[in-house]
Amino acid sequence: MTAALEVKDLNRSFGALSVTRDVNLALERGARHALIGPNGAGKTTLINLITGALKPNSGSVLLNGEDITAIGQADRARRGLARTFQINQLFRGLTVLENLCMTIGERDGHCNNLWRSAGARRVVIDEALDHLQSLRLVDDALKLVRELPYGRQRLVEIAIALAQRPRVLLLDEPAAGVPSSESHLILDVVAALDPEIAVLIIEHDMDVVFRFAKEITVLVQGAVFTKGTPKEIQANADVRAVYLGEESGLGGTRHG
Amino acid sequence: MAASDPTPMRERAAEYLLRRHRFRAYEALPWLIAIAAFFVFPDRMTFGSQVLIMIMFALSLDLILGYAGIVTLGHAAFFGVGAYVVGLGAARLGYTEPISGLVAAALISALVGFITGWFLLRYRGLTLLMLTLATAIMFQEAGNLRSDISGGYDGLPGLVFQPLLGKFEYDLYGHTNYVYALVVLAVMFYFVRRITYSPFGQALTGIRENVRRMHAIGSPVHLRLVTVYTIAAGIAGVAGALFTQTNAYVTLTVFDFENSAKVMVMLILGGTGRLYGAFAGAAVYMLLEDHLSKLSPTFWQFGIGLLLVLAVLFARRGILGLFEDASAYIAKKRSKP
Repeated sequence: MTAALEVKDLNRSFGALSVTRDVNLALERGARHALIGPNGAGKTTLINLITGALKPNSGSVLLNGEDITAIGQADRARRGLARTFQINQLFRGLTVLENLCMTIGERDGHCNNLWRSAGARRVVIDEALDHLQSLRLVDDALKLVRELPYGRQRLVEIAIALAQRPRVLLLDEPAAGVPSSESHLILDVVAALDPEIAVLIIEHDMDVVFRFAKEITVLVQGAVFTKGTPKEIQANADVRAVYLGEESGLGGTRHG
Repeated sequence: MAASDPTPMRERAAEYLLRRHRFRAYEALPWLIAIAAFFVFPDRMTFGSQVLIMIMFALSLDLILGYAGIVTLGHAAFFGVGAYVVGLGAARLGYTEPISGLVAAALISALVGFITGWFLLRYRGLTLLMLTLATAIMFQEAGNLRSDISGGYDGLPGLVFQPLLGKFEYDLYGHTNYVYALVVLAVMFYFVRRITYSPFGQALTGIRENVRRMHAIGSPVHLRLVTVYTIAAGIAGVAGALFTQTNAYVTLTVFDFENSAKVMVMLILGGTGRLYGAFAGAAVYMLLEDHLSKLSPTFWQFGIGLLLVLAVLFARRGILGLFEDASAYIAKKRSKP
């Protein structure tokens, strides 16, 4: 079976600094894969290389077996590759509902239409509301995104990615910047994602990583340091030394 | 978890989008004013048609600046191309039918918009500002180089156009021209309004709000930008063609930087991304310019400058923004007496 997403020998450097070095990664359909590593390990760069926001110096990216290394970001998105951003990238001056309708409009090609009113397509609006409802955002549908608290904005970020109907979803620290009292809302959503979607998540909270992921890749200084199941990673002394040592709550004991 | 029924809120949200594009009563206001002006100021119709032309020009800029967020200082290039298409057509080719002249101006300006847009819209911000500015200057200089054809800065004077639809002669007071310009503006406005409420128009606001996100959701951003730039160039070209036809005269000054800057000032004064901002801004600017220049032929620009400073300080979203704030304030007062 071809992997939903496959990264082969990927390299990228900025000047003399290699931020991605011979990275190999494969996500099967429905994968729950976590990407961890210390700050500056090149996690977000890897996401940018996968989505096409950055071009690699060498190596290739395959989506459902198709080599997409040469094609642009928008084409990759239309092939079913969606992402969320570490820092919100939303249409702040538009309503939440419009954020979703636009995503659906671009996905289905409605946005090539210059004449018909956007509001004339009830189907699109209903689907947008369905996505909002599944994330309990319906009450905020008519609010401007910039009026929402940050935690809710993070949910809109995920709602947009889901409205793309992705086959591969890349989540870049979905709970970043959200107060811990609200982060469970977001993590519940992440835990309840469609099992058909292959998910790659970057996350710093080890409790979340060990609970959510079935596979973990540890990235250090741009290269894959090791990979394995949560149990293997947890037991790996080297990983503790380079990365988990920085964190105090290894093994989920922090919350008792 | 409070299991409140989301259905009523869903309906309300859906209704909002379903109704948003419908015409509202207040939208008749600018047109009623324009029609009233025809009867109240019958001797100022020459000036009136110039106002309508500038509204059209500002409207075309709103499409790219207000909706798509493309900052340009070279929009006069398309106005000028349109102006010269009918000007040269009449002076050099003897082609004087006005309405097909407008169509030709629209098509050729749109083509110029498409070609320049294809290359320039890969850039943003200051780079784009300079490149669009340079484009307009290049057209002006090309005209200057071949002043044997273009008439140079002396212009193409005394152009004569056929009567409108073969029937309506152009009168001394500009009545025919005013009605002509108003009808063409209405047609252009209808186009622009359809576009802004279409899914394509939504995508434009998305590009304005967050281009990174647009790429991430799979939007062909460059294609969208080139498309709207082409359309806006076409409309600006129609405005320019009307300018030549109503004045029966055109010089290379239509390509001036001042013309590009003026239309941007008008739009910002009226309010960007609001359709009617072009109406309010162009009308207020033109009226002020007219009055102030009579009041003080040397210092009238001081008044315009002062107005712009005030607008930037106290009415960032333009005249229409002020109205929106006022109506929101009144609605708030009413809701809690």
